[in-house]
Amino acid sequence: MQLIPCPWCGPREEVEFHYGGQAHVAYPAAPADLSDREWAEYVFFRDNPKGLFAERWVHSTGCRRWFNAIRDTGTHDFRAVYRPNEPKPVIS
Amino acid sequence: MTADDVAVDQRVSPLELWRAEFKALPAGVRLRELAFLTQLSLRLVPESPAVAAVSEALGVALPLEPCSSAVAGEVTVLWLGPDEWLVMTPTGDGETERNLRAAVQGHGAVIDVSGQRTTVSVSGPRARDLLAHGCSIDLHPRVNHAGSCVQTHLAKAGVAIWTRDDSGTDFWVVVRTSFADYLARWLVDACVPHRQDPQWQ
Repeated sequence: MQLIPCPWCGPREEVEFHYGGQAHVAYPAAPADLSDREWAEYVFFRDNPKGLFAERWVHSTGCRRWFNAIRDTGTHDFRAVYRPNEPKPVIS
Repeated sequence: MTADDVAVDQRVSPLELWRAEFKALPAGVRLRELAFLTQLSLRLVPESPAVAAVSEALGVALPLEPCSSAVAGEVTVLWLGPDEWLVMTPTGDGETERNLRAAVQGHGAVIDVSGQRTTVSVSGPRARDLLAHGCSIDLHPRVNHAGSCVQTHLAKAGVAIWTRDDSGTDFWVVVRTSFADYLARWLVDACVPHRQDPQWQ
């Protein structure tokens, strides 16, 4: 089974985690000013790259904390994990 | 006898009915429910100014390292998350809760969650082998030292496993009350193949 490195607990089996979608989707600064299309894009539209993707994960069975991960969607390889208050690492 | 005593006498612990089954296991493992321990959920940001006062109230420094624990006399503090601890004290202890509430001073929360989980003591020379049947964490003393507290799956049930010694023979498994019967069933069943095993006697 694939191991996912929790930023707190260390490597654990993937069944201990849940996926939370794309990371760094910022809440609109002025939501009332958004058009329907812009609002729909904020709520529903997500990137779907093949390759490196910044995602949110939660260690639901362990420390129950959310964190961000950079994962290669083609290989499922976790290239980096970082806590929510840490900047997104640059990976070439 | 006061009204309180009657209430205590009538309580049925989650694994009360498993006592005989636990006693009939091979001698290499010993299962025992530590029923009705007082359990407090402590929520506090580790940078909080109340950490010093909380450590003083506990009698030991709050363990800030992930998957660690601290013990002061009969008070056990298990790390559950970066801002969450489980404080376990003997049955009926109300003083620790009062002291902790005074110490957090509105910077965090102290909640009695005694009914949420029950504790199973898994000990004996084969305790580690028994847990390894259903747990992906390496509990070998080489990597898992006394005091480690990991939350993981044991036979698909969410548990916290607190390691109490450096020889892999003494663990506390803290499990939700609603999963306790299932886990007891699984633990007893996992011993079945070893009933005739000379190494488990």
